[in-house]
Amino acid sequence: MKLSRIALIGLAAGSLAFAGCSTTGSGDAAGGAAAGGAADAGGASTAARARRAGYSGTMRLDDPASILGVRKIYFEFDSSEIGFDDKLVLRAHAEHLNANPSTNITIEGHADERGSREYNIALGERRANAIKAYMTAEGVNPAQLNVVSFGEERPDFMGHDASAWSKNRRGVLVY
Amino acid sequence: MLKSLIQTLGLSLFFMASAHADLTIEITQGSEGALPIAIVPFQQPVSGVPTHRVDQVVTSDLARSGRFQPLPVADMLSRPVQPSQVDFRDWRALNVENLVIGQVDAKGPGAYDVSFRLYDVYRGEQILGYTLQTTADELRSTSHRIADLIYETLTGNKGAFDTRIAYVTSIADKNGKPTIHLRVADADGYSPSSIVSSSDPIMSPSWSPDGQKIAYVSFENGRSSIYVQEVYTGAREKLTSFKGINGAPVWSPDGSKLALTLSKSGNPDIYVMDVKTKKLRALTTHWAIDTEPAWSPDGKYIVYTSDRGGNPQIYRVEADGGKAYRMTFEGKYNAKASYSPDGKQLTLVTRVGEDYRIGLMDLRTRDIRLLSTGDLDESPSFAPNGDMIIYATRNKNRGVLAAVSTDGRVEQRLVLQAGDVREPAWSPFHQ
Repeated sequence: MKLSRIALIGLAAGSLAFAGCSTTGSGDAAGGAAAGGAADAGGASTAARARRAGYSGTMRLDDPASILGVRKIYFEFDSSEIGFDDKLVLRAHAEHLNANPSTNITIEGHADERGSREYNIALGERRANAIKAYMTAEGVNPAQLNVVSFGEERPDFMGHDASAWSKNRRGVLVY
Repeated sequence: MLKSLIQTLGLSLFFMASAHADLTIEITQGSEGALPIAIVPFQQPVSGVPTHRVDQVVTSDLARSGRFQPLPVADMLSRPVQPSQVDFRDWRALNVENLVIGQVDAKGPGAYDVSFRLYDVYRGEQILGYTLQTTADELRSTSHRIADLIYETLTGNKGAFDTRIAYVTSIADKNGKPTIHLRVADADGYSPSSIVSSSDPIMSPSWSPDGQKIAYVSFENGRSSIYVQEVYTGAREKLTSFKGINGAPVWSPDGSKLALTLSKSGNPDIYVMDVKTKKLRALTTHWAIDTEPAWSPDGKYIVYTSDRGGNPQIYRVEADGGKAYRMTFEGKYNAKASYSPDGKQLTLVTRVGEDYRIGLMDLRTRDIRLLSTGDLDESPSFAPNGDMIIYATRNKNRGVLAAVSTDGRVEQRLVLQAGDVREPAWSPFHQ
């Protein structure tokens, strides 16, 4: 019974996202859809999708057009502050986890390659913990949230410039 | 003259090393004022010729230190083997201050006697002479010991050629998926062996003071644990696997304790573990990041990185506990400090503008001198004699190791055949 209700809302949310696409124009929408799933959706496209899809929190997890398809959020250098747009993403995930109390996720914290390695492990953990704290404040049971830091050991991008670094300073939600 | 000599040496080292070494050494900056020395090719046994030439290993070692400028063999006017064949005028004419002669004698299958003599050319007298019994397997190690003896006799500092380095390599397969190895090799890059491999990160190798064990961090099973592994037998023990960070293990100078970082309380703090009883004691309990502990050589203090002041800086605490004392104030990023063997200096990672460099801090003046010129330099580790620091840097978009003398006079690069290499840790003296 409960399952069919979620599916129904999921469908509604999907059509909402689709409606959003048709009104915001093809460029941004195409970019958002292409970057869906576990792929990177940094900065502007994350924000665009967050606003477009809203954060009702009951969208389908496997729908790449859903805000729940955004699994990565990014940080400034030596910072664990979560930006406004990323809070919308985390809120959607929090509501999903609240609605699915048997679902556990791992929050990975990562750092860019600059500076020393063990300090970056600590920094990555601080970022993951900041995500955990935000989601816990949104009502998620802490037992659903495992935290692990990989510091600079698992970069998403292999480059050695500001653009690669900004993509490597990230928190990742792993379902 | 000096420049061409160094280029020649660098080239020959490169070729010699490429046959058997994991890491090839390129001398990137030579040294002015290095001591001219001649190492005459040692007489080889008639049968059972060893695979390595002792004189060549000694020559490479001494050149690599930056303290010596070995005479190319082609420039030698004579090639004495026996003391009676030495004519000091041949060497004075070439401005050579010290002369080494020697021979390798076969003593049965795989066994050798290596004899050498060191002369002061201007005084015209022998100042050192030894015969060392060795085997084919130990021949390189014996050669390094000869270089150590020459180095100590002529500089007054103990040599660190007969030592090893541990380092982490990352080699990607065709699909870009990396395999991480923790390896150990001779200090000149020879005889590498992997002591552990994983598809997950391996970090922070640290030698036990007796050089028999390495503590490290491994993310096998997806989260961090600290392991202690016997270098020669491969036997290992999982030391900690708490919730959160298990990181930065480092042995106390007497080997009875390990300092490490755990975040089981909610944020990273420094702990001290008794190696025998496994009992843990929290050394710091601050809400900020505290990590990267390192012991002073007398075991009294531990320095560590903390961002309690808003950005990472070096702090010091007594190893028994007490108040944190801030050591660095210059710049916005100082991290990963460790003491020189004499306890008078710290090497650390320091940010200069946008670059991360290796610094050397005098503990009396607190001045930091920069030793490296890269933009992403990290993980400095002192040689056990304190004369050189090995660190990780980048060259042509690859992770390589570099070594620099603490006086900044000589630099060299250690390049892996393929992939990236990082986190070097220089072993203690051979025991």
